[in-house]
Amino acid sequence: MTRRIHWFTFASPSRFYWLSGKLLPWLWASAAVLTAIGLYIGFFVAPTDATQGESYRIIFIHVPAAWLSMIVYVAMAFWAAMGWMLNARMASMMARALAPTGALFTFIALWTGAFWGKPTWGAWWVWDARLTSELILLFLYLGYIALVEAIDDVRRADKAGALVAIVGAINVPIIYFSVRWWNTLHQGATISMTAAPKMASIMLTAMLLMTFAFWAYAFAVVFVRARAIVLEREADTAWVQEMWLQGKEAAR
Amino acid sequence: MRDLFLAVLVRDLTLAARRRIEALLPIVFFVVAISLFPLGVGPEPEKLRQIAPGIVWVCALLAAMLSLTHLYAADHADGSLEQLLLTGESAVVVAFAKAAGHWLVSGLPLVLCAPLIGLLFDMHGDALVALTLSLLLGTPTLSLLGSVGSALTLGLRSAGMLIILLVLPLSIPALVFGTGAVAAIDAGMSAQAHYSILGALLIFTALTAPPATAAALRISVE
Amino acid sequence: MIWGSAQEFFHMGGYGLYVWGSYAVTAVLMLVEPWLAARRRRRAAQRAQETAEMAEMGHS
Repeated sequence: MTRRIHWFTFASPSRFYWLSGKLLPWLWASAAVLTAIGLYIGFFVAPTDATQGESYRIIFIHVPAAWLSMIVYVAMAFWAAMGWMLNARMASMMARALAPTGALFTFIALWTGAFWGKPTWGAWWVWDARLTSELILLFLYLGYIALVEAIDDVRRADKAGALVAIVGAINVPIIYFSVRWWNTLHQGATISMTAAPKMASIMLTAMLLMTFAFWAYAFAVVFVRARAIVLEREADTAWVQEMWLQGKEAAR
Repeated sequence: MRDLFLAVLVRDLTLAARRRIEALLPIVFFVVAISLFPLGVGPEPEKLRQIAPGIVWVCALLAAMLSLTHLYAADHADGSLEQLLLTGESAVVVAFAKAAGHWLVSGLPLVLCAPLIGLLFDMHGDALVALTLSLLLGTPTLSLLGSVGSALTLGLRSAGMLIILLVLPLSIPALVFGTGAVAAIDAGMSAQAHYSILGALLIFTALTAPPATAAALRISVE
Repeated sequence: MIWGSAQEFFHMGGYGLYVWGSYAVTAVLMLVEPWLAARRRRRAAQRAQETAEMAEMGHS
């Protein structure tokens, strides 16, 4: 007979702490294995690109980073909204844990985008729609982080962050559309980087594997940070003190 | 609802009238900041005419942001904001009225200065009209967006910088289509589509920003 | 295997700087981030431990 999993139980910080602790080794292992396979295929199986030579191999980290930067933002806005609407502390803590990782992925997307752009288009930075939108996404992340860090009252910070994240999420399509339009208007000056190299399916495979690898990594590092936040906020609660008193390694 | 709107608006305008110098600071900043650009990029008329719309718009953005810190801070400091929220009156109407007041004091003067500034950059008739019209449609949007930022950062030390960081990305659509309108006129095309989009942005923001501001006030004050 | 030699691999058809510049920075960031997060968790655990110790002393 199977036990029904009552998912809402993980809304409690103590249950989340327990579950994430169990999952972490698997998440790190998945990230490592997927990265190994993805990069092996990307560097030792996938052929040289006809037009871009070997420089195209940057997409194996550029595209996954860009995709994850967007996924993490949506997740962050979602959990922040849940924390605000349902008054669920754990959801807000998850949103706070997601933000730095999302910002990091955005930075990686921009950095690798620049390093890919230089040999391909001759300039370290091109103001094309995708890169410019990615830059604006970085600003949205930084705004969220700056705001929640600036507010001392934890619950006020959570709710203010939720509002900012939601407003940002709603505006992202509007901003992206206007940047796309702006880019086509000034087409003469820029070359689009959205024209991805025509991908042999083996290249696509490697890219997808790396995307899943980044996804596993994101779960892992966000869980670690969320566990830190849980301990920081719940230090006075009974379950945290129990953890130490029972000699269960609080340092595990 | 209309009475509340008018009461708050008239109060804000009266307070601004009593502190005329403070109210004029954004416009002074606007003109000074704009004047820096020719000094920075050189006086060639052709180049200046090309970059003028962008400069005017960005400086208008920054000028609007600067005056936003005081939007709610003064009322919060003397307790009148809490009183206003406690009365049970609609915070959304209050937010809308305050944004309107901010625009009348800080935004509208920029719109009226715009033609003169445009002349400094040797812009011609149609382009001047487009610049002024785009600012007329765009600056209220900036005031509305800014009021959300102002309410969220109430009482924080670095509120000014935070408002800028939070609101500027959101104002990019208005910036893009506002300057795009002038560019279209310069290229001999119609700016009708740009005005329509600016108008749509204004309506969308007018409907969504006051509720967001009201929510932000509740978050910041309770 | 596409690469004739290790040297060819590092040279990346002339694009070595760009490819390895991207991968190196990404790798460093994705190693530093987990390390920082783990350090934050350890410190939080230590502080929680101290809080529990003080509470216990207060009770006994």
